[in-house]
Amino acid sequence: MTDKSGTMLYLNGVSVSFDGFKALNHLSIIVHPGEMLAIIGPNGAGKTTMMDIITGKTRPDDGEVYFDGRTDLTKLDEAQIANLGIGRKFQKPTVFESHTIWDNLVLALKKPRSVLAALLYAESAEDKARIEEILETVRLTARKDELAADLSHGQKQWLEIGMLLAQDPKLLLVDEPVAGMTDAETVETAKLLKDIARTRSVVVVEHDMSFVRELGTRVTCLAEGSVLAEGSLDQVSANPIVIERYLGR
Amino acid sequence: MLTQLLFRALDKKAIWLVFALVFIAIAIPVANLAIPEGNPLHLPNYMVPLLGKYLNYALLALALDLVWGYCGILSLGHAAFFALGAYAMGMYLMRQIGARGVYANPVLPDFMVFLNYKDLPWFWNGFDLWWFAFLMVLFVPGLLAFAFGWFAFRSRVTGVYLSIITQAMTYALLLAFFRNDLGLGGNNGLTDFKDILGFNVQAATTRAGLFAASALALALAVIICSAIVNSKLGKVMVAVRDAESRTRFLGWRPENVKLFAFVVSAVLAGIAGALYTPQVGIINPGEFDPANSIEAVIWVAVGGRGTLIGPIIGAVLVNAGKSIFTGAFPDFWLYCLGGLFIFVTLFMPKGIVGLFQKLRPRKGKEASSAAEAGEDPSTLPQSKPVPEPAE
Repeated sequence: MTDKSGTMLYLNGVSVSFDGFKALNHLSIIVHPGEMLAIIGPNGAGKTTMMDIITGKTRPDDGEVYFDGRTDLTKLDEAQIANLGIGRKFQKPTVFESHTIWDNLVLALKKPRSVLAALLYAESAEDKARIEEILETVRLTARKDELAADLSHGQKQWLEIGMLLAQDPKLLLVDEPVAGMTDAETVETAKLLKDIARTRSVVVVEHDMSFVRELGTRVTCLAEGSVLAEGSLDQVSANPIVIERYLGR
Repeated sequence: MLTQLLFRALDKKAIWLVFALVFIAIAIPVANLAIPEGNPLHLPNYMVPLLGKYLNYALLALALDLVWGYCGILSLGHAAFFALGAYAMGMYLMRQIGARGVYANPVLPDFMVFLNYKDLPWFWNGFDLWWFAFLMVLFVPGLLAFAFGWFAFRSRVTGVYLSIITQAMTYALLLAFFRNDLGLGGNNGLTDFKDILGFNVQAATTRAGLFAASALALALAVIICSAIVNSKLGKVMVAVRDAESRTRFLGWRPENVKLFAFVVSAVLAGIAGALYTPQVGIINPGEFDPANSIEAVIWVAVGGRGTLIGPIIGAVLVNAGKSIFTGAFPDFWLYCLGGLFIFVTLFMPKGIVGLFQKLRPRKGKEASSAAEAGEDPSTLPQSKPVPEPAE
């Protein structure tokens, strides 16, 4: 894996350890533009750590992390990486609870992020239309003036996906998007993510196998900080090592 | 764009507050000067600077609320910015004394003659000019806040650690200002003021003018704070307060947002201090006492943080209580203050304003939730109860 041109996300030999515990061990992953990748694996496999490294929260001890084939993410901080066009949805939904749903989306909307720009910002008709469109997509139109704190867990997940869309990123990192959702919502979420993946790259971390099947995309199984198996869900779940280390348990 | 900012600042709540402050800026001087003694509406002379002092404290509380209530920075050293503004004004007032001091030195203030200074220390230059001194009132606290905030916020010092270093900052300044060789009057501070802008500081008319200036400064600060908290930046500030790291992943820079709020807040605190000095007639290092900063935190908590009117109500009420209690039961005031803080923390987490909010808009809220219940539930995604996600 040396050719990173034409990739959206390029991880090569990434290692990181916390107090001697190797959270990632020579992890290498490639995501192409407009591609969706599902990542599965047991607890402690390093899925969230991988996202922390991509988004600048954690620095790798070793290895290369490139975005869009040329930008070295290990040199940038969280805000720079977010402004490059990498959006992240957290495992535990984190929305701004004391703001309305509308304001949550206003804060996420792709706009200049400087102090002065924020002070002088006025919602244009275009911005309003975009937010309303996103509200439709994540089905929160009726509740737009309510506080985000009043949403159910599943609705917070959707709001956070809405915030991701408002950021207009090139690459979305989505950590356990269907935790706490009903089966019907899970199906809807899969549809939504597939829709998004038509124009952007998406990396989804998920435990829910039926959801991963719903996504119908390339799957990578992680364990103990490195790649255990790659391929379609059927190939991966038929892999004897995967069964032994993850599925079988 | 600026007019829009102003328009947004003057929402209903802020406009009433500004009107009320402009009203008392007129009413109190009238009650003191125009209404004759003996009339029940007459305000005695001693009350005017006392009320003015409350308004200066209210401005300090509002400044503190901007960083604590809206941006989550619990500064336990905000009185330092207040005191720096107060000292800048004090230096101007000292230089207005001229040859009327005890030692009749036309240039050197009394304490410098007493300490055998030959020349004016360099940093006293310019303070004989009112515009320079007033500029320093804004600049010195702002610069300290900028330098402090630049390092603290960039290195991501937050929460209780930040509170402790703000406390250390004001304590360090307290110790520095106690030293005679700093050239700022040591532990006696600056006093014996004569004139401000050519008016006698002691005169009733000047005092009334200073009161009006205090009320108008507070009104202006309300407009500024309202413009900030009602803008998108204000929303970012609240977002930083509630979930700082999340704002980073949206591409915001919490350190810059905090730095902006901290500097604006320090400048407002400096203005409060500058108006305080001529009304109280003295400024000494005691103003840097960490206890003062903590008291300011109590005012904000009592009034209701995260609101514009809360800190003003809190500062005025607590200080009025202090004036009454320290007169009636001098030994018990500190117990009252401590007890008040515990009571507010336990039973009134949103302060006095929160209490009113709880009592008032009940009706409207019930009506709106009834309307929501009437909506088609199928449009809303329903969720089953959530097990906390693993890992």
